[in-house]
Amino acid sequence: MKNIRNFCIIAHIDHGKSTLADRLLQTTGTISDRDMKAQALDDMDLERERGITIKSHAIQMNYTFEGEDYILNLIDTPGHVDFSYEVSRSIAACEGALLIVDASQGIEAQTISNLYLALEHDLEIIPILNKMDLPGAMPEEVSDQIIELIGCDMEDIIPASGKTGLGVDKILEAILTRIPAPKGDENGPLQAMIFDSVFNPFRGIIAYYRVKNGVIRKGDKVRFLNTGKDYNAEEVGILKMELNPKKEVRAGDVGYIISGIKTAKEVKVGDTLTLAANPCEIPIKGFEDVKPMVFAGIYPVETDDYEELRYSMEKLQLNDSSLVFEPESSAALGFGFRCGFLGMLHMEIIQERLEREFNMTVITTVPNVSYFCYLHKDKEKAFIVNNPSELPDPSGVERIEEPYIKAQVITKSEYIGQIMNLCIEKRGEIKNQVYLTQDRVELTFEMPLAEIVFDFYDRLKSVSRGYASFDYHPIGYKQSDLIKMDLLLNGEQLDALSALVHRSNAFDLGKKICSKLKELIPRQQFEIPIQAAIGAKIIARETIKALRKDVTAKCYGGDISRKRKLLEKQKEGKKRMRQVGRVEVPQEAFMAVLKLND
Amino acid sequence: MAGIYIHIPFCKQKCTYCDFHFSTSFEHYRKEMIETIGKEIALRKEELKHVTIASIYFGGGTPSILNTQELNFLLQKIHANFDVDSSAEITLEANPDDISAQQLAMWKDGGINRLSIGLQSFKSSDLNWMNRAHTVEEALSCVQLAKKSGFNAISVDLIYGLPDLTMEEWKHHIDEVIAMDVQHISAYCLTVEEKTALNKLVNEKKIVPAGEDAQSEQFLELSHRLKKAGFLHYEISNFGKPGFEAVHNSNYWKGVSYMGVGPSAHSFNGSKRRWNISNNSKYLKQFASNAYFEEELLTLKDQWNEIVMTGLRTTSGVAIEQLKALFPLDEAFQLALLSFQKDGMIEFLNNHLSLTDKGRLQADFIASEFFKV
Repeated sequence: MKNIRNFCIIAHIDHGKSTLADRLLQTTGTISDRDMKAQALDDMDLERERGITIKSHAIQMNYTFEGEDYILNLIDTPGHVDFSYEVSRSIAACEGALLIVDASQGIEAQTISNLYLALEHDLEIIPILNKMDLPGAMPEEVSDQIIELIGCDMEDIIPASGKTGLGVDKILEAILTRIPAPKGDENGPLQAMIFDSVFNPFRGIIAYYRVKNGVIRKGDKVRFLNTGKDYNAEEVGILKMELNPKKEVRAGDVGYIISGIKTAKEVKVGDTLTLAANPCEIPIKGFEDVKPMVFAGIYPVETDDYEELRYSMEKLQLNDSSLVFEPESSAALGFGFRCGFLGMLHMEIIQERLEREFNMTVITTVPNVSYFCYLHKDKEKAFIVNNPSELPDPSGVERIEEPYIKAQVITKSEYIGQIMNLCIEKRGEIKNQVYLTQDRVELTFEMPLAEIVFDFYDRLKSVSRGYASFDYHPIGYKQSDLIKMDLLLNGEQLDALSALVHRSNAFDLGKKICSKLKELIPRQQFEIPIQAAIGAKIIARETIKALRKDVTAKCYGGDISRKRKLLEKQKEGKKRMRQVGRVEVPQEAFMAVLKLND
Repeated sequence: MAGIYIHIPFCKQKCTYCDFHFSTSFEHYRKEMIETIGKEIALRKEELKHVTIASIYFGGGTPSILNTQELNFLLQKIHANFDVDSSAEITLEANPDDISAQQLAMWKDGGINRLSIGLQSFKSSDLNWMNRAHTVEEALSCVQLAKKSGFNAISVDLIYGLPDLTMEEWKHHIDEVIAMDVQHISAYCLTVEEKTALNKLVNEKKIVPAGEDAQSEQFLELSHRLKKAGFLHYEISNFGKPGFEAVHNSNYWKGVSYMGVGPSAHSFNGSKRRWNISNNSKYLKQFASNAYFEEELLTLKDQWNEIVMTGLRTTSGVAIEQLKALFPLDEAFQLALLSFQKDGMIEFLNNHLSLTDKGRLQADFIASEFFKV
């Protein structure tokens, strides 16, 4: 055990985490130069394209230093706030962390919150200044930020470059000398923590864990403490570039188990794995059942594809247990599913994976959060509303509560004013303002999660010209003055666009949505009124003028085909639209609310 | 009955709005082109073997560029290889600046019995920005000259929906052509096509196309005035005195076979469409290897859609029998028909579907509603 080192990497998107990890894999000979493709650890195409890690990964490296053989377990963590629970479990599996900071960018909000998580778990932090090869690198300034944050010495910071390979040997040395060896009792009852699981179509669920105490052996009868289910350890082993089966995995090490589990739902990240015959007494602390934060309807573009969509979602759920869904129907969109996601990125990822892996084109409705609604008849019992159109009649509603978050924004001081304005507009309340360096500021707000769901990221990016990083975590529910706003098209309600909004925003939002819809819905042969309403009261209105003429009065000689194909294409396009009363509504319209500032 | 179209891919200059195929520097291969078109005519004689040719149409490009020898060569090739009806309509497209007493006499001698003259506008500034080669004076005088030379089937082209064309100006243009006492008028709404100079001008905001309302009003005014003057509005863009509806163009809308020769020319034989390559040098180079055209077989669905699309553009309309021969009239068809009848867009008389005046403004939409996709 004394020659094992378990570590993770904390870094902001684009700060070069994956490239540096690739260097470690190459230097330790874990991967040959020939097999190297950029960002070896990111399996999904989506991960490589977006430059972020969505799933956790783990890989074992061997390294000889001063005559001693060492085992290094790198646990690569997801790089987005939507997956912060997974990050916390990965961190809990390690004794040390590489803190990678882009020398040309400085520390970002995401890095700080993960760093705090690592410090909470008493991880040894190895600060690394990456991208030193860039002409814009500011080593002194960024080093000051790091020292300020973690209280290390200047000499502790390793200058590096994933691109040139600078500092890689020093990093390896620091991992061996500075990160403590894992502690644990090999002879005690098995206690291992699950930090991730992946789905393999041939082998079922492969769960990754860190053994705290005891030993897990092939053939053992194992038990998951929180779910209480027992399985047979059909195969155990360690993670190299491929699965590497072993007879056993011992305390301190990181490994995998295959045990005939079919769906991701059965394996919960954070759960404790033990032996059925000799179970450990207490589960590893920190287990949480992650709950979806954001909800949206997902509908097939072609209504006939409903069953296929269900099948695709079920398949997706096999390897993404945080995706939840249940059938729902909408007058405008037909049959589909109300889905719960960890956050906005998670929602986008699901949508993209449906398209890429299952070839399903879907309409996603405007996302909303989960509300607690209390009725006059029972003021104590919360009625959970995941879809605004399910809100009970307002006369029966005593109060509504909505989820709040604590948000951290790190930015340059020149953008403070605009960011404050944005957060106030989004019903945020400033809680703290700290200067990290002379021109970098950390702002802390409390604000409703629902406001993040609407256009917040884009707005933040534009007011700060991209110089703001953002992180948040939920802090519970608060009562709000929320009302349901409906959208009417030609007098017919567009149920998929109903939303719960704050009373003070309703007029402005109603006006904006109406005018956006006017832009997105093509003119038709009749006039179409668009209205926003609260109950029976109309609060905003726009009109789409009737299409006066739709005829080609041009000379096209004998070229009939071209003209025919053009009209056929238009007709095909219309088939993909949804009929609301007499009005043909294009798919984009259902997401209109998210693009109000375009 | 069938028609023959000859595409003359030469122009003196490029009109800003035009997306037909032509070239403005052609003298060095002019002879070869005419000869090759002649060869194509002979090569394809089997295609219309047992049918009478009721129309011959020289289009372009600018067929009025042809000299006596060239025109006669092509006409002789046609007569030598096809059975041309003695009363066939033989049309030549001509630009006003090419029209002279001498040319007119030459055309008449050659057998041309109908002229289609591209007047387009009587407004000097519009002719200028559209880069037309003629002047307002030429536009006004050429028709009189043609009549004097004995042409009694004259068609003129007009363009409306131009950027700054006022209703007053447009009424004036219409009255001018009525006063000219021509037999046929084609009026097109300015359409911005990709890959034209006009498209570039619009993108650069140097030209702002007329609004939909102005275009619609001008269309309605046109129809109204010409009908009052005794013209039949027999197709969306075409007006003729009774008995002078264009035989050739009507073939396109009625599904009659036609054979097009020359670069970019289209052909149709009832179930197959083919089009020659839209490039002069490739046409010449690839002619020998028979690789100068592409073709597509129309499925029953394609045929249905074409019948609907072209038929609805004409006053005679779509014959229901023709549709029934392809597919039964299903519920979707009936429902669309009922709804358009209710809205006063379509009439259903004598087993024919046709558009009302109101429906004409929505012809594309209505046609596509009856499409099978």
